[in-house]
Amino acid sequence: MKNNKVWEILRPYVMIGPAMIGIFLFVIYPMIYLLYLSFFKYNLLNSAMSKYIGFSNYIQIFSREDFYKSLLNTVIYTGGVVTLTMLISLLIAVWLSKRTRMNYIVQAGIFTPHIISIVSVSLVWLWMMEPNLGFLNYVLESLGLPPSQWLQSSKTALFSIIIVSVWHGIGYYVLILVAALQGISPNIYEAAALDNTSKFRVFHRITLPLISPQMFFILIIMTIGSFKVFDTVRIMTGGGPNNATNTLVYYIYGFRTTNIGYAAATGVVLMAIIGILTIIYFWLLSRKVHYQ
Amino acid sequence: MKKYNIWLSLDYILKAAVLLSFVFPFIWMISTSLQTFEETIKIPPTIFPSSPQWINFVDAMSSGPFVTYAKNSVIITSSIIIIQFLVMIPAAYAFAKYDFAGKKILFGMVLIAFMMPGQVTFIPIYLMMADWGLIKTLVPQILPFMSNAFGIFLLRQYFMQIPEEIIEAARLDNASEFKIVWKIMTPMAKPALATIALFSFVSHWNDYFWPLVMTDTNEVRPLTLGIAMLKQSEGISNWHIIMAGNVVLVVPILIVYLLCSKHIVKAFVYSGIK
Repeated sequence: MKNNKVWEILRPYVMIGPAMIGIFLFVIYPMIYLLYLSFFKYNLLNSAMSKYIGFSNYIQIFSREDFYKSLLNTVIYTGGVVTLTMLISLLIAVWLSKRTRMNYIVQAGIFTPHIISIVSVSLVWLWMMEPNLGFLNYVLESLGLPPSQWLQSSKTALFSIIIVSVWHGIGYYVLILVAALQGISPNIYEAAALDNTSKFRVFHRITLPLISPQMFFILIIMTIGSFKVFDTVRIMTGGGPNNATNTLVYYIYGFRTTNIGYAAATGVVLMAIIGILTIIYFWLLSRKVHYQ
Repeated sequence: MKKYNIWLSLDYILKAAVLLSFVFPFIWMISTSLQTFEETIKIPPTIFPSSPQWINFVDAMSSGPFVTYAKNSVIITSSIIIIQFLVMIPAAYAFAKYDFAGKKILFGMVLIAFMMPGQVTFIPIYLMMADWGLIKTLVPQILPFMSNAFGIFLLRQYFMQIPEEIIEAARLDNASEFKIVWKIMTPMAKPALATIALFSFVSHWNDYFWPLVMTDTNEVRPLTLGIAMLKQSEGISNWHIIMAGNVVLVVPILIVYLLCSKHIVKAFVYSGIK
């Protein structure tokens, strides 16, 4: 009988045990370990030879131009992807929100890239954006427009990557917004129609506030997701030309074998950025957003 | 009436154009994979190759140990999904239905795990795996994903909606908690579990970053890395071979998607509205 009581207290811990071990071992501990590494000049061949150097790695980070360049690129990339995705997905979602067969097919089509590996997506677009033989320049030329160097010029490379990311991800957000729009009760629109409210006003005053939780979800998920951009950069440009597409994670990746302490310190900066975004997310979630 | 018709057809044409802009890159990929090298460098570009070059697939697949890559992809993805289920189901149940000291803090840790990406933690995890002598095995690509925080979160929500009466009734019948979790709760949560499995499959089958930073040798690399490496091994101009490799990676998923797009779309929507 007494054993039973003990077991009842222990049971929840046993049940969450494996999951918590996994989380501790592969998330919490690595975060602490990362912070620890960032104070060292790490010796990969013999870790006992690693030297504690205090804040040197951080001082180095904030005095290096290539770090600011990669941070700036990441911010521009994030801004571009988030803005374009929000605008285009909202536009498409409103356009496709009626439940018709055609709309459903278009939604499914737009969503397709989302379940395809970014490796494939990057390779296909790399080929489409090839300046001499690629399909995009062929289209531009047959429309009488000047061809672009796309990924091969430092002026257009980052924007080209933004296009690919928006193309890859937008289907998911269209789906969520369409579901949100379809969830709005038709009674509300009928009431507005009785009052002779203009279409724009209905959208601005009724639709937009009602789908704001989903808009907000998209905003934050995309911002955090965009800050860790890596795959497209690595496959399509290798950070070039001339560091024009070097992003934060690609920057960390570049130092992961040559200077682990420095890479770790940069990782801590990324961790802080993601941490702050997450806190903002939960903070806003608990107050600002309108819920039905 | 007439004006209305014009708008309607314009609407259709525009929708078809949008659809095409999302489907065309895949058509272009498949088309290129069946062309000769000469066709790929022709202007205007070839859309319909004169005779399909199936040999491109042979060339792509013989340029590296693709059987090994494919085998690794299958082992990694299926092991992750199985382990995640075993770990996640009891955890989600405990978080949903029991009260215990420290629950809030522990669940907070799950949320941290949900938000922290591998791009932050890969350096320490690589060093840990190297310390344990596991870099030449598939373990570094499987074990770090044993706890699916997103899954625990979603499944917990689902379990919380299952009425307490069902559990009470089972307890009165002398069912053990173990039995309740596996025989009653798990079958009831099928839609949530299917969504989680689908997400896990898509994200790990397609993953590029994690295997890239966790592997040093071809023996343990998955398909995504093999395909990405075609760019180096085939040279950047052999687009027909690169696209052939790409088709091998994409077409299985495309077929699954065509067959059950309705379910997949539903699952993704479900994940977005919590």
